Amino acid sequence: MGTYNSNFLKSAILAFAIMGLAACSSTAEPEPVAEPVAEDTSGIDATTAAARRMEEERLERERQARERIEQAALNTTVFYFDFDVAEFQPADRETLAIHGRNLAANPNRRIRLEGHADERGTREYNLALGERRANSIRDFLIVNGAARSQIETVSYGEERPAQQGQTEAAYRMNRRVEIK
Amino acid sequence: MKNSLLTTLLSFVFCTGVFAAELNIEITSGVDNPIPIAIVPFAMEGDLTGASEDVAQIVSNDLEQVGEFRALSRANMLSLPSEASAVHFRDWRILAQQYLLVGKVTRSAGSQLVQVQYEFFDINREQMLVGEVLTGNITQLRDIGHEISNVIYQQVTGRRGAFTTQILYVSAENVSEELTWFRLELADYDGRRSQVLVESQEPIMSPAWSPDGQQIAYVSFESTLPRIYIQTLATGERRQITNFSGLNSSPVWSPDGQKLAMVLSKDGSPDIYVMDLRTNELRQITNHPRAETEPSWTLDSQTVIFTSDRTGQPQIYQSGLDGGFPERLTFDCFYCAKGRLLPDGVNLVHVRRETRQDNSYRIAILNVETARIITLTDTSLDESPSVAPNGSMIMFATKHNGRGVLEAVSIDGRVKFRLPSAQGDVREPSWSPYLN
Repeated sequence: MGTYNSNFLKSAILAFAIMGLAACSSTAEPEPVAEPVAEDTSGIDATTAAARRMEEERLERERQARERIEQAALNTTVFYFDFDVAEFQPADRETLAIHGRNLAANPNRRIRLEGHADERGTREYNLALGERRANSIRDFLIVNGAARSQIETVSYGEERPAQQGQTEAAYRMNRRVEIK
Repeated sequence: MKNSLLTTLLSFVFCTGVFAAELNIEITSGVDNPIPIAIVPFAMEGDLTGASEDVAQIVSNDLEQVGEFRALSRANMLSLPSEASAVHFRDWRILAQQYLLVGKVTRSAGSQLVQVQYEFFDINREQMLVGEVLTGNITQLRDIGHEISNVIYQQVTGRRGAFTTQILYVSAENVSEELTWFRLELADYDGRRSQVLVESQEPIMSPAWSPDGQQIAYVSFESTLPRIYIQTLATGERRQITNFSGLNSSPVWSPDGQKLAMVLSKDGSPDIYVMDLRTNELRQITNHPRAETEPSWTLDSQTVIFTSDRTGQPQIYQSGLDGGFPERLTFDCFYCAKGRLLPDGVNLVHVRRETRQDNSYRIAILNVETARIITLTDTSLDESPSVAPNGSMIMFATKHNGRGVLEAVSIDGRVKFRLPSAQGDVREPSWSPYLN
């Protein structure tokens, strides 16, 4: 049974793909024949119901995937910076956009952005650098829908290192903004 | 955010006179030909129980620390005079000494007061240069010793001594992953007699002196946000003077004592502001989307020197109080920051990283008239230079064996001494003005 179905499925998809190519038409979805075993065999209705269910399942899977990505993004609360650079890394854009949209969707949520620098250079300049790092993330969250009043920023400069020591690895961990 | 209420409740701050762990001086480099000076142990007369200080040793340490003197070892002395009548100059001439200090400490029965008589001689000219009697409480022998050092330094070098000055600095002690104690401490210039002025679980930064030495300003995060506080040393009274949104940092008094320069980010990015301390009126000095910070003053209190990264990397600029386009002071360095003028008004001490590849931050002096640069240190994480009121030495913070320590260097770079801390990291020294 399983083998039959599987083979049938493959040929059905192949047939549809060929039809699609020949007709250059995108109105017909390939899914309808992809679910041949339906309880009601009375033609169009059964096919449509199956298609609807497939579509719902697909949407549900997508929703779950999106949720997982969002949750992972929301669980990412530390963002690292290059040496002497106040702008966040381009790779963090999507994650930060999700944080921004989450704030927009939850107007009662409040966050604190804590900016940090590594210990090289002067303390007060590093304090200013930490401030600019926190502000760069704050501004991006606002662009993505967060309200100014939801975000408090504070810079600790080099006063609260995440990792002690005078190594590049420690410095990399210390140049950061934390969402709290 | 979730922790902020808890942090507020937990972070307690108090003012106290508790003695803190002392710093001990270690001379790391001196001049090639220091002036030989014989400092004879002072005679002790009368009931001196409770007088634990060795006045002659205090003077000896003071003069050696600034590097220009070398004190004769006591073991090599041929005689131990305590007054002029017992001094035989040939005893000192054959030991190749140039100067001689003798003295005695006397306490009358039943009195809390001690008298310290001292006499200071030029051996080659067989001449007494100074002789006087200082009176003080038995607990003030250390102060009297530093005062004698001031007199000798002035006699020999012609410059005012800074041995009775003090330093402020911040110490940080990691107790656990979650707990660090930050302390604002006050000590003699040599790190002795330190006391804790403020203690907090939140960072303390940027201690600064008022020009009359009576008040201090600093940044405390005790409210979980950086805010500026002013404290009167004699009474311990303190008040928060700023509460603007964003950064409130880097307070520095103008030399005339009327204004306080500071950094605020209330209008977006960190910029320099000046507060008139009589009217509380606030004036914005810089207005730039990048970071402006680390203000200091020219001697006439009319111009503010500051660090800005408007060209990409930090450089030093100055701007008049009326704003206008700032004048850039440093050019040929990758990173130049924290500029402070020496008392001559021409030499600018600063933190300098020469090139991107160089990767070390050192203390240097730029002569703003001749553009000549002298690099004073050879360590790699130097910061927070603070100049002695006589302009002879610069104290700064650096790392030694992975720990924050304070060091001092003479303005010609030849003399260096280190004040290691007993525990934790020490940083951000601020040298007092003359305290009289």
